[in-house]
Amino acid sequence: MSLAGRLEGEEAKASSPSSRLGKTVTLGPGLAYLAVMLGAPLALIVGYSFLTRGSFGGVVMEPTLDAWGKLANPIFFDVVAGSIKIASIATVLALAIGYPAAWVIAGLPAKWKTVALVAVVLPFWSNFLIRTYAWIVLLNNEGLINRVLRGWGLIDEPLGMLYTEGAIVVGLVYIYLPLMILPLYSSIERLDPALREAAFDLGASPRRTFRRVLLPLTLPGIMAGSIFVFVPSLGNFVVPELLGGGQEIMIGNLVRDQFFKARDLPFGSVLALCVIALMLVLLFIQATVLRRTRETHG
Amino acid sequence: MRRASGLVACLGLLVAACGGGDAVEQNPVDEQSIVISNWEGYMPEDLPDTFAAATGFDATVSFHATNEEIVGKLVAAGGEGFDVAFVSGQFAQALNEQGLLAEIDPDKVPNLKNLYPEATELGYDPGNTFSVPYAWGTTGLCYRSDLLSEAPDSWMDLLRPSDEAAGKVTMLATERWLMLPAQKALGFSVNTTDEGEMTQVKDLLIEAKQNLLAYDDTTFYSKLVSGEAVLVEAWDGWCNYGILEDPNIKYVIPSEGTDLWVDTMVILGSSANKDAAHAFLNYVLDEDNHAWVVENILYKVPNQAAMDKVDPSLAETFPNLGMTPAEVLGGEALLDLGEAQPMYTDIATEVAAGG
Repeated sequence: MSLAGRLEGEEAKASSPSSRLGKTVTLGPGLAYLAVMLGAPLALIVGYSFLTRGSFGGVVMEPTLDAWGKLANPIFFDVVAGSIKIASIATVLALAIGYPAAWVIAGLPAKWKTVALVAVVLPFWSNFLIRTYAWIVLLNNEGLINRVLRGWGLIDEPLGMLYTEGAIVVGLVYIYLPLMILPLYSSIERLDPALREAAFDLGASPRRTFRRVLLPLTLPGIMAGSIFVFVPSLGNFVVPELLGGGQEIMIGNLVRDQFFKARDLPFGSVLALCVIALMLVLLFIQATVLRRTRETHG
Repeated sequence: MRRASGLVACLGLLVAACGGGDAVEQNPVDEQSIVISNWEGYMPEDLPDTFAAATGFDATVSFHATNEEIVGKLVAAGGEGFDVAFVSGQFAQALNEQGLLAEIDPDKVPNLKNLYPEATELGYDPGNTFSVPYAWGTTGLCYRSDLLSEAPDSWMDLLRPSDEAAGKVTMLATERWLMLPAQKALGFSVNTTDEGEMTQVKDLLIEAKQNLLAYDDTTFYSKLVSGEAVLVEAWDGWCNYGILEDPNIKYVIPSEGTDLWVDTMVILGSSANKDAAHAFLNYVLDEDNHAWVVENILYKVPNQAAMDKVDPSLAETFPNLGMTPAEVLGGEALLDLGEAQPMYTDIATEVAAGG
């Protein structure tokens, strides 16, 4: 069955009246959870963003646009632009590492496939902070890598690796790589081998087959993986602090600082809403690209 | 004169109206129990148990990571849910201005007599009317004497380090202490609210980033021990954790002067357990209990009786513990910034994002 056909089938199933009760039962708890745990806080920060900052935390019930006005300070654009840059580099690197890895995993015999997939998620079993601290141990000037290199006489002065933008990127790629590999794996694994054979039979070179057949078909996985890496990278504030030495701040740090240091809830809310808006734009782009792909290749 | 006294009377009324501490109905003394919020590890773990055994009051402890966190909680809930909180002096001052704190009744805290006389006249709360000091200290430079050819004696040694220290210095990132080296190096008050002065502070801090290894509030002493850093801005108690591992590590207060920070205990006005809360303050101020802080956290306490109890050899290993109250009070007490707080935050953001 073609992809489009499969989708139509699912739609037809979903809209039959007999499944309405089933839908309520299955979707209900999830939607209720979202309404309470996502909807309510979201409404709260939208409300906060239009109120006056209380001197000692909290908000004063006087409507104002002051918090939104603060966005005019160019410093915030620099921080947002810097965050987008770092998150983009991390996403591209994760894709470059994750795509071949997912391809290899998908080609493994069933038994080894499971082992490889478990290995991919294994880091999640240990604490995120501990794993980040491990990078400090590895990268610092008196750390493992510098010591080994110095011991071999390859360097005289330590390479200043920690507390740089590069260290932040390394940390983000390391932490979020599994979120890239898993959706890529699932889209690659689903590929019908017959499609590749057909492309070959019709005379396409391996490169052309990849570019015209395989890449478009795995695009949903690429998009999903990229979003899964980009979104949390953009909002991360722990990695810039630990591996960046606090010398470079990302938008996540900015939001956190407004709430916990500046006691400025309205402006913190404004910044949080900006991040959410950015995410919505990205998801919209993803949805559009996917729809186009379906239209072209369905 | 009469007009002035009228004003004072008005203010008095206002305070009475805002304070409202005594209006809270108190639980019967034999049913009182308290909830305390403190930094983790800042008092003995078994203190609630020994306190209960000694006084009969139950105590529950919760933790906060920063002043801002607990102040945020207390302001949001009007102080509900807590009876006693540990906060730094300038935050106690802010809470009191919000009318959230109870007046300390000295009759219920007889151990106040243990405090140094100097500790009852601190800038944020002269007379200890709404707070009781728990620990105090200074901020200075902590350095590796074996890796620096000259001992530092100026904040400029941190901000414009020599070649041998360049790239091997760290600074504190928490706002007030982020500003402090530049404020003192430029001859300003640590409580300045002058925009022109703060612009100079900002420029100097951005310049200093070129030679900075990292901003670090929590692990700077281990960076000294490993040799990754040779000179760091440090709270004196934390420098001791470095000295503990490497006696080449030294602490110095730069010639331009420094701050005086005080961590305090306060009782919330909304507490219905004020007898138990006062009993807790009194229990902490007991010389044996308070000496624990010195012996285990290596912080100075403003408690003369407790300091006298501590083994004098400790002050030889950790010279900051031997500082007299007069020396500690040479520092400028940190005060709440009030309306200027957002300016400090904006400057901290610009420093972090700049350079």
